[in-house]
Amino acid sequence: MQDEDFVMIRLKVNGVTHRVVVEPRRLLSDMLREDLGLTGTNVGCEHGVCGSCTVLVDGQSVRSCLMFAVQANGHEVMTVEGLAHEGKMHPLQEAFWEKQGLQCGFCTPGFLMTAYELLQHNPNPGEEEIRSALAGNTCRCTGYQHIVDAVRSAAQAMAEVGATVPSGSGA
Amino acid sequence: MKPPKFRYFAPQSVEEALALLAEHAEEARVLAGGQSLVPLMNMRLVQLGALVDINGIGELAYIRPWDGGLAVGTLTRDAALLRDATAAQRLPLLVEATHSIGHPAIRNRSTVGGSIAHADPAAELPAVMLALDAEFEVRSRSGSRTIPARDFFKGYLTTDLKDGELLTELRVPGLPSRSGSAFVEFSRREGDYALAGVAAVVALDEDGTIADARLGLCSVGPMPVRPRAAEALLRGQRPGDEAWSNAAAAVVAALDNPPSDIHGSADYRRHLAEVLTRQALASAAERAERNR
Repeated sequence: MQDEDFVMIRLKVNGVTHRVVVEPRRLLSDMLREDLGLTGTNVGCEHGVCGSCTVLVDGQSVRSCLMFAVQANGHEVMTVEGLAHEGKMHPLQEAFWEKQGLQCGFCTPGFLMTAYELLQHNPNPGEEEIRSALAGNTCRCTGYQHIVDAVRSAAQAMAEVGATVPSGSGA
Repeated sequence: MKPPKFRYFAPQSVEEALALLAEHAEEARVLAGGQSLVPLMNMRLVQLGALVDINGIGELAYIRPWDGGLAVGTLTRDAALLRDATAAQRLPLLVEATHSIGHPAIRNRSTVGGSIAHADPAAELPAVMLALDAEFEVRSRSGSRTIPARDFFKGYLTTDLKDGELLTELRVPGLPSRSGSAFVEFSRREGDYALAGVAAVVALDEDGTIADARLGLCSVGPMPVRPRAAEALLRGQRPGDEAWSNAAAAVVAALDNPPSDIHGSADYRRHLAEVLTRQALASAAERAERNR
């Protein structure tokens, strides 16, 4: 996979294996949106500061606008489309809905993926911890309070359900 | 915006990477975390002929004990450094500074070596490396050399790295016993680029006076600043507000034209340098007391 104008990459996205032909300069964000039709991941700034493009690669949150698709070859990606399971929303999505943690929704996928990672590492975060973990995601609509409430609510709901909650990726 | 076309290489070994860097010379750039480089590429502020993606070179990611301190492979992710028990025990200053780098999604990709090689004036790690007298191992196809931190940072986004060279290891000496360290920075929002940041180490003598002090500042000039005159003022002094104020005044006097931009004026940065120096020294000294 070296020095080609176009490269065939193979990767898992939300549990499904895809083969895509891309130029090396193709950003992961654009590959997900345009080559795979997964438009849940949004592109707000293309320099890593707004957080709208946040996805998980091998279980870790990354700015998909700062990765090239070729770098995801052989890896596993989870996008916001991977959160719901068998038609049922993930507790985070339920909580954002209940607590009005979104208005226009542009930043929401990025917040969901970042919060998902937070709750994996810290199932019971306090307000400061939530705000700190989400500090890299910018919202122009909500003023953040409902987002924080939603994450706390989701944490509670997930704790009540039990240790693991299935997500679309099966990961 | 999208980057223009470039040739893409993903070497699996240091030797392979060095051969590519030698072949493509000034046309080549190294891709590690990409958290600084890819924004520049996306905005076409940097254009390159050959991207040498070193993320496949696992042998460059490690944190090992060295000389009471640490030897860190340059591909070590910032997030990995934050989780490392050896780093926390031997060089808490490094870990504390890394907490201020961006956000979790950034730190999952950004690398310790990338921050040093990119040398953004606001970057925390170059200031810490300078304060701790770190040395950097640089390899090329023709051999290797060791560059002390004080000789490495040359100017705005400029280091002593030459075409064909790859930063492979950072070596940071350990701190004396009876020492404490602190990293303090100020930014408008958590994770924003620092308007000013100070790394401080205070080592105490048996009688409680200051045996040695180290300072490193970021975001107050085109390069990290090591204010040695301020350090000299502290030696032999009793820890306390007077010592910190004198040192902070000396730090500000040493600043050569701090930047003025939309985030803050030169005067504001001088003010921050003064306040943060006092805070960092006080915190470092308090921790040194606890380590006595």
